[in-house]
Amino acid sequence: MTASVSSATSDARTGADGSSSDTEKVLARARDVVGATELDDTNLARYLHGLPGVDKVGADGRAAMLGTRSIKTTAKQWALDTIVSMIDLTTLEGADTPGKVRTLAAKARTPDPSDPSCPRPAAVCVYGDLVHVAKDALAGTGVKIAAVATAFPSGRASLDVRLADTREAVAQGADEIDMVIDRGAFLAGQYSKVFEDIVAVREACRADGAEAHLKVILETGELATYDNVRRASWLAMLAGADFIKTSTGKVQPAATLPVTIIMLEAVRDFRELTGTQVGVKPAGGISSSKDAIKYLVAVNETLGEDWLNPDWFRFGASSLLNDVLMQRSKMRTGHYWGPDYVTVS
Amino acid sequence: MSFEYAPAPESRAVVDIASSYGLFIDGTFVEPEGGKTFKTVNPATEEVLADVAEAGEPDVDRAVAAARRAYDKVWSRMPGSERAKYLYRIARLLAERSREFAVLETLDNGKPIRESRDVDVPTAAAHFFYYAGWADKLEHAGFGPNPRPHGVAAQVIPWNFPLLMLAWKIAPALAAGNTVVLKPAETTPLSALLFADLLRQAELPPGVVNIVTGARETGSLLVNHPGVDKIAFTGSTPVGKRIAAEVAGSRKSLTLELGGKAANIVFDDAPIDQAVEGIVNGIYFNQGQVCCAGSRLLVQESIADELVDRLKRRLSTLRVGDPMDKNTDVGAINSAQQLERITMLSQAGEDEGATRWTAACELPEKGYWFAPTVFTDVHPAHRIAREEIFGPVLSVLTFRTPAEAVAKANNTPYGLSAGIWTEKGSRILALADQLRAGVVWANTFNRFDPTSPFGGYKESGYGREGGRHGLAAYLAEGSAL
Repeated sequence: MTASVSSATSDARTGADGSSSDTEKVLARARDVVGATELDDTNLARYLHGLPGVDKVGADGRAAMLGTRSIKTTAKQWALDTIVSMIDLTTLEGADTPGKVRTLAAKARTPDPSDPSCPRPAAVCVYGDLVHVAKDALAGTGVKIAAVATAFPSGRASLDVRLADTREAVAQGADEIDMVIDRGAFLAGQYSKVFEDIVAVREACRADGAEAHLKVILETGELATYDNVRRASWLAMLAGADFIKTSTGKVQPAATLPVTIIMLEAVRDFRELTGTQVGVKPAGGISSSKDAIKYLVAVNETLGEDWLNPDWFRFGASSLLNDVLMQRSKMRTGHYWGPDYVTVS
Repeated sequence: MSFEYAPAPESRAVVDIASSYGLFIDGTFVEPEGGKTFKTVNPATEEVLADVAEAGEPDVDRAVAAARRAYDKVWSRMPGSERAKYLYRIARLLAERSREFAVLETLDNGKPIRESRDVDVPTAAAHFFYYAGWADKLEHAGFGPNPRPHGVAAQVIPWNFPLLMLAWKIAPALAAGNTVVLKPAETTPLSALLFADLLRQAELPPGVVNIVTGARETGSLLVNHPGVDKIAFTGSTPVGKRIAAEVAGSRKSLTLELGGKAANIVFDDAPIDQAVEGIVNGIYFNQGQVCCAGSRLLVQESIADELVDRLKRRLSTLRVGDPMDKNTDVGAINSAQQLERITMLSQAGEDEGATRWTAACELPEKGYWFAPTVFTDVHPAHRIAREEIFGPVLSVLTFRTPAEAVAKANNTPYGLSAGIWTEKGSRILALADQLRAGVVWANTFNRFDPTSPFGGYKESGYGREGGRHGLAAYLAEGSAL
């Protein structure tokens, strides 16, 4: 039997009252939803396995149908601007340097030098050790700094290491933490371990008066089945995720439309049950405006306008922004730009 | 922030509609002898699309004679491998000209362009491709070593899937070596007439397929014609019964594909989001004007409220309106007459005490429209639980146990299709055996494939269309030589 949540998270506790009472609220809600006093593997499995199944053929069919929506003229204009404002402009390479991050930040500050009305992306997403660079470069822009943490992308490190990783990013001023779940633990049925990890990272995000938002990466490409995607989504939400995110971008397949729709359905049902709204972030593999619009359509027809803004829906992407900028200019000027007319980052 | 989809109309310029059409007999368009015509309208706008010839007795005579000549002199003598070439050519041309057919079908029928584009036309082409493959393999189809065609097939098709039903009828008939006289429905003749143009393009020998337009009278002349060897009818159960009575005692072979009142059975362990989609596809696809529509939702009582709530939320996102808009989900009702029937039966549902709910949507002022509607508190005694409405109207009934689900599902004079939603595979297999329906879908609904036989039990008709079984309707069993 695994340790109970309170003892596992007590190590991680910073001592700040704010974060521990927040944890108590999350745990109380989880107990209430699961209908058990102990959030152990058995009770979590009973709850998660009791969620309605997902039929793969039907889920893929629904995604394909939504992909046929024809978004033109004014709707397309609106969609393109909205997509820009929802992008987490990302660089997550071993070769990332302060210079590279500053270039990316400059791109976020001025996405389209020829059009000052172009919105800025929601955030810049970097490794934790480069948060301070991005922070300096983006001061005063309103663009958030997101940091991947918790031994991204594999998550294969002890909880202490992953928490230290998180704390460092938060201390450097990250507004958002993109953590990875322990997929090994999830696939082994150790749901309480995954749950406790998320609770602990959430505490680290909110320690010492910090208010970093927590995005929980499920790495759906490694979870493989749609049933697992639905269960992992609920597990993350029960543990206090502010956002659930598909992928690290380091594993194929990364974000897909059917997987994202299943996550959208999960946040919809979670809000209906608990009143708490959770955001969704597909990440990896969305590189064209056409694809991004399909995701926006899926949000619109699954969740409606409550989720149609950067507070509740994000795209994790690097090359998407330039394609959207080229489409925007096409709508503005009537002709396409070549790739030399958008700035590289 | 709300995401309003701007209009995305398909262009109607891709298809030429003539102001008037003759009859397609012996490879050419001819005027009807009596000179009578009728008008076909766009049900979404009530605009007249064309004048269409009404075939009288001499015209039907001519068509049957042309089909007989083509049968005797050309088609019955042609090797199967040669017939296959024509069928493949027709299939390819349908695929090539798919946009034209899709637009015309939507204009004449009122169904959303998304459906004619993504379902009707590609599935029609798929039927020709599929049966083309059978044409030279008939001796291996399980009907004896030397199966023979019947001769001249009279085919009468409905207005709900005009081109697709044409394909279901013509493709197996030609593959088996029959020649055809086909009568499309009077409200939707245009795609069949465009198909006639395609046949000329394919250089199909004259007389192999003849298309006579007209109303009930023309259909009756055709099925009662003494020169006809085989009759295939798809349409309403009352007309099917009349045809069966008319041909009783004759040498004519008959297959009927008639009405339905399908049960879509949802168990408490169903994949619920996909079940909601399946219910929507089951009854709102093609405005519910589908003989195999899942018009009775049988839901396990323990999840009934939750499922109905989810269904209503989903229905509120359906886009009802201009069928030519690529984002429209639910189009127009095919005719004023059909709209009247849907309205009448829905009123009967209310009068008998069922609870009516209608999705909030703005309906266009002109044309024939009916908003997606759900009736709850429906009981097996209600008319809306028994009679085929043939419109976007769902009747929700509940059950407690699998046995009760089966009993309620089978409690209908019809037996065309059924759906089962559960994550339990063993239950799917057990129920499929007990349901008296020609098609049983598991965790899906309204899926059509040329390889799969389709047809009914009881008052839903007899005979199968599609697959190897579909050949049986067009072949007489051969004996060993």
